[in-house]
Amino acid sequence: MNDLFQQYWRQYLWGSPGHWTGLAMTLWLTVVSVALGFGLALPLAVLRVSTRRWVAGQVWLFTHVFRGTPLSVQLLLCYTGLYSLDAVRATPVLAAFFKDALNCTLLAFTLNTAAYTTEIFAGAIQATSRGEVEAARAFGMSGVTLYRRIILPSALRRALPAYSNEVILMLHATTLAGTATVVDLLKVARNAASDYYLPFVAYGLAALLYLTVTLGLVHLFRRAERRWLAYLRPVEG
Amino acid sequence: MLLEGYGPQLWAGTVETLELAFGSLVVAFTFGLAGAAAKLSADRRLAIPAGLYTTLIRGVPDLVLMLLLFYSFQDLLNRVTDALGQPQFDIDPFVAGISVLGFIYGAYFTETFRGAVLAVPKGQWEAAMAFGFTRPQAFRRIVFPQMMRFALPGISNNWQVILKATALVSLIGLHEVVRAGQDAIAGTSGKGAYHAFFFLLVVAFIYLLLTTLSQLVFQALERHFSLGFRP
Repeated sequence: MNDLFQQYWRQYLWGSPGHWTGLAMTLWLTVVSVALGFGLALPLAVLRVSTRRWVAGQVWLFTHVFRGTPLSVQLLLCYTGLYSLDAVRATPVLAAFFKDALNCTLLAFTLNTAAYTTEIFAGAIQATSRGEVEAARAFGMSGVTLYRRIILPSALRRALPAYSNEVILMLHATTLAGTATVVDLLKVARNAASDYYLPFVAYGLAALLYLTVTLGLVHLFRRAERRWLAYLRPVEG
Repeated sequence: MLLEGYGPQLWAGTVETLELAFGSLVVAFTFGLAGAAAKLSADRRLAIPAGLYTTLIRGVPDLVLMLLLFYSFQDLLNRVTDALGQPQFDIDPFVAGISVLGFIYGAYFTETFRGAVLAVPKGQWEAAMAFGFTRPQAFRRIVFPQMMRFALPGISNNWQVILKATALVSLIGLHEVVRAGQDAIAGTSGKGAYHAFFFLLVVAFIYLLLTTLSQLVFQALERHFSLGFRP
């Protein structure tokens, strides 16, 4: 057991500069895909609630497909599926992109979290009270100003509890990266487990690290909710 | 030929996926009801372990738990059989898959049911007691049917998650639909590389069909359990 710790502790946590592994890789995957997913989801959510049905319908189709299939299958499609196509291999830009496991992993993760986040944000936008929107229109606000000043600030706040859930699920979903040869925390644990035949210690260590990060995220989001959702808190006493 | 002759295997994989998902659902449902009862109990000897169960399980990724539980348990079993001088006993992957998935998603069901029980007004319990119901009777006849209305969105969500999580158990050696797709890819690799893309699309489409169908079923169920509540 001590041997396992001594040989693997660095890989569990961060590996080495240029060869990030373990927790560092897991956190990086989470942060990048959540950030890119957020950036995609914001405009998509606005289109999702559009009154033009064919616009809203296309976004619905995107979220329906990505939420209706397992992320592991999406990752397989991205990593092994697309690269098996002649059209992809013959195009240098695409070939270079899809050959890299990390690119494929990030692409699959980003699209997946974007789909869930779009539905969360769209739900929050639809729940905006009509009066607020009408008042803003009465003040002469155009569509863009209306969204920027009125709808999004309140909708994103109300989406916070559901969004925090999605971020945590994304952290947990990064465990799939190992199936595409990216050395994340779980992959290190799998290597350690098969090296030393100590599955309980090897996976238990990873589980503890994941648990710590999850609890940290829960704490951060709780503070964010206390700050930005203060006006929705029940009055005490 | 359609599906290059791998149709029967993909069908068998789909059936295995559904069996796994239903089996896990039953186990998770049971864990969820027991967990919710324990967590809502006034007895702290029940409430604290149940609280730990939901926090720990929901705080660790399902894939990590799956590998941790599956391999640790097998490891433990090997040590026991070694100590007793018995031949190695391999856990049946299907039973293992259902137990592990059920145990993990039971924690999510616990939270769903706990919230749903709390959403039923206290007066319903009190009225049942006043009519001379025992607590189990009151739960079964009065609270449970009403609670289902609040629990259904959560159950629907958990079911979809379980269904998609079955894609992970090919890692512990089960021949569900993803594995069937991979077998088909391996078997056709000589006939052109695009088969990988094709069979993965087929697998994704099967999942999409299953999740879409279950969505429709749950919509019907929600209508059924909300009878008399719609505005």
